[in-house]
Amino acid sequence: MTSRLEVDAVSKRYGDVVALREMTFDVHAGELFGFVGSNGAGKTTTMRIVLGVLAADRGEVRWDGRPIDLESRRRIGYMPEERGLYPKMRVGEQLVYLARLHGQPPTVAKRSVRAWIERLGVAAHRDDEVQKLSLGNQQRVQLAAALVHDPALLVLDEPFSGLDPVAVEIMSEVLREKCAQGVPVLFSSHQLDLVQRLCDRVGIVRGGAMVACGSGDELRSGASTQLVVDAPDASPGWARGLPGVTVCAQDGTRTVLELPPDLDDQLVLKMALSTGRVREFARRLPSLADLFRSVVSEETAG
Amino acid sequence: MSSAWQPVALVARREITTRIRAKGFRIGTLVLLALVVAFPVVLRIATGSSAHSVGFTSQNASLARAFAAVATVSGANVQTATVADQASGEQQVRAGTLDALVVGSSGSVQVVVDHSLDEGLRAAFTALTRQQALDAQVRHLGGDPAQVSAAVASAQVEVATLEPAPEINGQRIALGIVTGVLIYLSLQTWGQFVAQGVVEEKSSRVVELLLSTIRPWQLMAGKVLGIGQVGLVQIAIVAGGGAIAGLVTGALTIPASAVAGTVVWLVVWYLLGFFSYALVLAAASSLVSRQEEIAGVVGPILMLLVVPYVLGISILPSKPDSRLIEVLSLIPLFSPTLMPIRLAFGDVPVWQIGLAVALVVLMIPALVWLSGRIYRNAVLRTGARVRLREALRSS
Repeated sequence: MTSRLEVDAVSKRYGDVVALREMTFDVHAGELFGFVGSNGAGKTTTMRIVLGVLAADRGEVRWDGRPIDLESRRRIGYMPEERGLYPKMRVGEQLVYLARLHGQPPTVAKRSVRAWIERLGVAAHRDDEVQKLSLGNQQRVQLAAALVHDPALLVLDEPFSGLDPVAVEIMSEVLREKCAQGVPVLFSSHQLDLVQRLCDRVGIVRGGAMVACGSGDELRSGASTQLVVDAPDASPGWARGLPGVTVCAQDGTRTVLELPPDLDDQLVLKMALSTGRVREFARRLPSLADLFRSVVSEETAG
Repeated sequence: MSSAWQPVALVARREITTRIRAKGFRIGTLVLLALVVAFPVVLRIATGSSAHSVGFTSQNASLARAFAAVATVSGANVQTATVADQASGEQQVRAGTLDALVVGSSGSVQVVVDHSLDEGLRAAFTALTRQQALDAQVRHLGGDPAQVSAAVASAQVEVATLEPAPEINGQRIALGIVTGVLIYLSLQTWGQFVAQGVVEEKSSRVVELLLSTIRPWQLMAGKVLGIGQVGLVQIAIVAGGGAIAGLVTGALTIPASAVAGTVVWLVVWYLLGFFSYALVLAAASSLVSRQEEIAGVVGPILMLLVVPYVLGISILPSKPDSRLIEVLSLIPLFSPTLMPIRLAFGDVPVWQIGLAVALVVLMIPALVWLSGRIYRNAVLRTGARVRLREALRSS
């Protein structure tokens, strides 16, 4: 499978409010793509445009190089931000119905539903009405609804919200497995540690546009380096003399420094050693949360 | 084409299984059927139109034929029977199998009844005794009673009617009222199910999942066609069952072809009315997101159904040729309730039937377009009620 989803310069406005401005990114086959950003940044709008429940003002969504249409959209597994199933319909029947609406023949649909409710741990509730299930189980059924038609692309809006830890594990496993089968997976989340752990690439959205996009290393490469130095004999402010270095935090004898990308960290080590003992000297990789914070703070600053 | 209609069929099938499985459907159908079957029987008892049976003894059996003749003239429906003797006759009167027993010889008869003599029978007996007295006088004067009777019978005043009033059979009026009630209830019930179904999908947010794989028109069409089909099955069972029961029990004595015609027209007008109203109701209910808000948008539309129904039911039985009803019954949205009542009464000019059907058939594609547009623009917008003008404008 060589499917690839491309979102190309998609713009959308609601009246005077700009929801998306030239949103651009792509998700390759076998890739887990995490979509992060504050509320209202445009993640949900982008996903709804991909699914065709919302029309873009400008720009294009392509799949395998061709503009996406209803036929190809039927092969997407979708989990909308606003969860929804027929409350009075039985779990099994509802999932078979949804699989059939996505074009599956009856026998295949039934087999697939049986397999997924088994896998997601809701097989015992097959003949229960959805409204009688606990919230967590409803979420599992919702995930099954996105998977029963054996989708060739997964688009999941906040799939982890409202899940218990066990379900989070199952969900992560399912996403990795789908990804390994060559299915491109696009999902949004506010749980940044989870995104960092799972995703091959991450896109950070702000104000309706993609502001940073790439693998963890790629995102970090442009960022400034942080050093943690523990020099117990140094006087406070020992590092101020270094050009371009800012002191981020001072915790007892430990100092967190931020270096511009081109500054040699060995210079800092020499300086620290000149004050006496050095108990710790470490390079700290910024986490996704740090990167996200810096992007968001740019927003507030700018 | 077939692939575009496949989702419609799936949606429709879901609606059908969901509705038919609901307990309310089975109970509702049975209650309606029971009411429709019971109606002619009750009507028959209430109006007491059944024949009166009058017994004669062997002494006066010769009077039976003359009595039947005068009874027919005076409008009483009688059946005559000869009993073995007075005692067994009186026993039958007490038991209620005879309404009256004639005792005594032909010259001086007496009528035996249980409690009181029915007014119609009293008139018939009075006419009979007067006839006998007249015959005796004619014979006494040397004339021929039969000749006199013939002369009297042929003396009639001729009436020239300037505007003949249509005469409607009582059974046809009853048939018309039942038809009106049935079509009104069906359109009201199944139309509201469409509105509730649309809002259920919006309020549960399942509509977003559905519309990520099928088009809005497919969802709307499937819903309308599925619910319409369930309503069709119900009205066919109830109307057909009622008609068969009426004919089999003898409660309906008008020609079976007229009864069958009424049933067929009822079903046709149900379909025409349902599609008109269901489309409008689906579009209107797509503007709101919560069940509590349905009444606000659906109420004004259902008034279009209530007003002609009330007018038709209250005016037509006493004034079947009402010009107001005649005009209203040609207008789409009013015709589905009024035309079937008029058709049950009979005597509707063919051009009026054709015009009423044609106008609805022409209106439905326009409603499909308009409702489809409103629905498509409003159904994904949850939250506050969508303004109609916005739903019509954006695309």
